[in-house]
Amino acid sequence: MPTTPNKPAAGKQSQQGFVYLPLIAGWLVPGAGHFLLGKWIRGALLAVSIVAMFVLGLAMQGKLYTSAQDILDLLGVAGDLGGGLLYFVCRTLGLGSQPVQTTVADYGTKFIVVAGLLNIIAAVDAHNLRTGRKS
Amino acid sequence: MFQPSHFTAVLLFALFASTVFGITMRDTPRRMFRYGAYCFVLFVGSVIVLSWVMFLIAR
Repeated sequence: MPTTPNKPAAGKQSQQGFVYLPLIAGWLVPGAGHFLLGKWIRGALLAVSIVAMFVLGLAMQGKLYTSAQDILDLLGVAGDLGGGLLYFVCRTLGLGSQPVQTTVADYGTKFIVVAGLLNIIAAVDAHNLRTGRKS
Repeated sequence: MFQPSHFTAVLLFALFASTVFGITMRDTPRRMFRYGAYCFVLFVGSVIVLSWVMFLIAR
């Protein structure tokens, strides 16, 4: 029985180099993983969406999770960490440190967490593009 | 400080989340746009339906 190659030549070529670079870059800076792969429009749309969501969350006086007192806080920290450098820079600047006092501020906290989670999805998408799993 | 209405917050959330979902879950630009629009309609539509349900339950 004849065997066929699993990957085309272009797929093998895309395996060269450090395949996790778009994943790490995309996590640290929203859209950077797609920029590295030359997907400029996709990267720009992802960057605008994620950064806008994160900034609007802060503008609504949302809270950045800094420590985990219980399991829900731990999930919040995990979501916030998905924001990459946005999270670390804002923590360094002391943004998002006020306690949540209004309903809109609670929405803002959720905006920040979801922005981080969306950034993780975008970074994994960049990794899939890099490995050839997605075109 | 930014103080949107609850519905404006929903629209903003749906817009950004749908954009990311559309780009990451589909391969071609046309299918990305269609899936993003589909997600947006589902987000906003489900909010409107659930809002009416809660309104009717609370009466």
